Amino acid sequence: MQADVFIRRRNNAVVFFAILVVLTAGSIVITQYDLQKGFTSFIKAFIWGASNFYPDAGSLRKLPDILVKLWETVLMSIAATTVAAIFSMFLAVFGSRTTRIHVSFTVIARGIGSFFRNMPLVAWAMILMLAFSQSSLTGFLALFLGSLGFLTRAFMETIDEVGENAVEALTSTGAAYFPVIFQAVLPASMPQIVSWLLFMVETNIRDATLVGLLTGTGIGFLFDVYYKSFDYHVASLVVIVIVIAVLIVETVSNGVRRVIL
Amino acid sequence: MIEIKGIGTEQFSSPNLNTAKPLDRAALAIRLTLLVLAVTTIYALLTINANGIDMPKAILDTLSTLRTIFFQPYSYHFTVWQGFWEIVITLGLAFLTTLFGGVIALFLGLMAAQNLAPKWLTNVIKSVVAFIRAVPSILWVLIFAVAAGLGSTAAVIGLTFHSVAYLTKAYSESFEDLDRSVIEALMATGANWWQVVFQAVIPSSATYLLSWTFLRFEINFSNAVAMGAAAGAAGIGFDLFMASEFYFNLHEVGLVTYFILAFAIILEVLATNMKSRLMKQA
Amino acid sequence: MALLELKNVTKHYNGIAPALDDVSFSVNEGEFVSIIGSSGSGKTTLLRCINRMVEATSGEIAFGGIVVSRLGKMELRQVRTKIGMIFQQFNLVDRMSVIENVLHGRLGHKSTLAGVLGIYTREERWQALRIIQMLGLDQQVYQRCDQLSGGQKQRVGIARALVQNPKLILCDEPIASLDPSSAKTIMDHLRSICTELGVTLIISLHQVDVALKYTDRIIGLNRGIVVFDGPPGELTSQRSAEIYAKEPKDVNIDLGERNAS
Repeated sequence: MQADVFIRRRNNAVVFFAILVVLTAGSIVITQYDLQKGFTSFIKAFIWGASNFYPDAGSLRKLPDILVKLWETVLMSIAATTVAAIFSMFLAVFGSRTTRIHVSFTVIARGIGSFFRNMPLVAWAMILMLAFSQSSLTGFLALFLGSLGFLTRAFMETIDEVGENAVEALTSTGAAYFPVIFQAVLPASMPQIVSWLLFMVETNIRDATLVGLLTGTGIGFLFDVYYKSFDYHVASLVVIVIVIAVLIVETVSNGVRRVIL
Repeated sequence: MIEIKGIGTEQFSSPNLNTAKPLDRAALAIRLTLLVLAVTTIYALLTINANGIDMPKAILDTLSTLRTIFFQPYSYHFTVWQGFWEIVITLGLAFLTTLFGGVIALFLGLMAAQNLAPKWLTNVIKSVVAFIRAVPSILWVLIFAVAAGLGSTAAVIGLTFHSVAYLTKAYSESFEDLDRSVIEALMATGANWWQVVFQAVIPSSATYLLSWTFLRFEINFSNAVAMGAAAGAAGIGFDLFMASEFYFNLHEVGLVTYFILAFAIILEVLATNMKSRLMKQA
Repeated sequence: MALLELKNVTKHYNGIAPALDDVSFSVNEGEFVSIIGSSGSGKTTLLRCINRMVEATSGEIAFGGIVVSRLGKMELRQVRTKIGMIFQQFNLVDRMSVIENVLHGRLGHKSTLAGVLGIYTREERWQALRIIQMLGLDQQVYQRCDQLSGGQKQRVGIARALVQNPKLILCDEPIASLDPSSAKTIMDHLRSICTELGVTLIISLHQVDVALKYTDRIIGLNRGIVVFDGPPGELTSQRSAEIYAKEPKDVNIDLGERNAS
């Protein structure tokens, strides 16, 4: 039946690519994406970028301002991550298959995780804006709520993965619930959890730009101001500063990960 | 207590009763990281610029806003059917960016995998990709918007950029997981590089590639929503922006939010199912 | 006096066929009992029913005169502290040191707070170190468990069980993941724990020859039914074939099977 295998494989491939083509065509039509314009403006953007989008001597005078905003943004991202992690940890421990007290906790923790993970960051930013206006708190809270969803799910999967065997062994010795959590589950999952924390800090710094843009806070707002006043030299400096910050955080996290994992 | 007799009790030297192991590098790194994060957080929370916000009042206001949004969703400016159509447009944006990103990333990923490409090439591509990823996707979109104008075209190009960077990293790592001996075995039969790639590398990492791609589709969906709100792209995100910034209508924000949540959760469930099915096959 | 008594123990998972079907036997203090049978015959389920890591569907299990099946949570933990358990996959917290893993066996004897914080008394640490030395792991006391070989990990598992001061140790396929020479070391240790320390052991095994060589008594399981119970001397080729028969009544199997398995 060798021939059958090849025919089936070919048919599968044909069907797969046909669906892909149909979906692509459909998407292009409904989003009114202009293929030709997309291509030409891509090139145009590069030419424009090379000739306009770079920091000049004058923009460097704004650097201290930019760095202050960057520092604010980094602090906010870290704080949102750690505070969210504390709440997520509780949800994850009570919700994980291996450490839950009752099945209903899993359902509740998963529900909370899923809600906050899928609720668009944009919506949080706008909702929080109404009461907290243009303060750093708005950005902090929006990032906090987004991180809460992501970390709950990540932690829960980590505990599901690493916990099972050790929990079984310790439960069979007659150990009580909390000693099992603190002596087996947490030590075993800590490296993964720290790795997720670092990842979240990275993500939050990038997302903080978007949130800042929408809520008028932090470094995102600064970019917006210069971008809208066509001061592209300073705007490009803002981008470069963000890139450097993200790359530094990424390098540090990768270094930490290499040691702990 | 068990008497440990007859197994040479006398040979025991007086053992050192210290149970705390000498800290190894990993444990030290974990503690240091957590300490730095904790101290930074405390400093950040103490110095946060609250602009004279009345916290209790702001929290109560937010809760009442949430009540309006989630318990009284209603629409004045579009029908349910139109809302559904807007979601389809957002899905279309997400699909296009994922597809374009995936195709380009497949080739870049092959060139960035250490077991498939020369070292200088992998280094170049990995650095470029790391740079692209470090720029927030909204900034890519806004930068392209200068040339293409605010709208879907700029959004697609900008998000594709970020997808390429993300997927190149994910794909190349999947390729690198492939055992070197498999590649050697095929090379030994006289197969050339492209044959090895299409007969061994891609088939054996296909499940990982697919699950990374679908994960990126999920991310692109929420990115597409954000681009609608922040960069004027079409789709449901734009309605969210209009409802909250233009009409100041919380009921409508509620309805739009429900739409987005419903579809995001459907995507999440699909992704989870697909992942577990793929893992079973693998 | 019987240390452990099982009466009509039955376990149904979701399937139609029971995993354990009306199992009854008793074990005296100081015995070294092996349970043999092919995969899926119910060995693992049987062991886990004894300390209620798996709940039996019906039947009665008595340990030291106490009926385990009717105990509340607190008393069950008390009983579990008297029953050690050793696992096929060792079930250690890989990222913690040997001594910490061994001391986990004491958690059932401690208050919740002391357990959470991992505070152990001088006597406990002294005893843990003596057991570690007895098992020949003195060089590895402070090493992390993920740096150990399989045989060494299993010795840590044994040490963790011994530090409980157990009356009974349940061994769930303890040598199934080990190479032959490590397996021999482990079996020698288990034998001497029984002989020298007077601890009762129940061990599930794949290899009939190991059961014949090391244990005092063999219980054969086939599809959840006890088909053999007696000293190694009585286990003829014929009886052995019965244990490994595909159908309970189907003994039409060549006698070479005994050595093959």
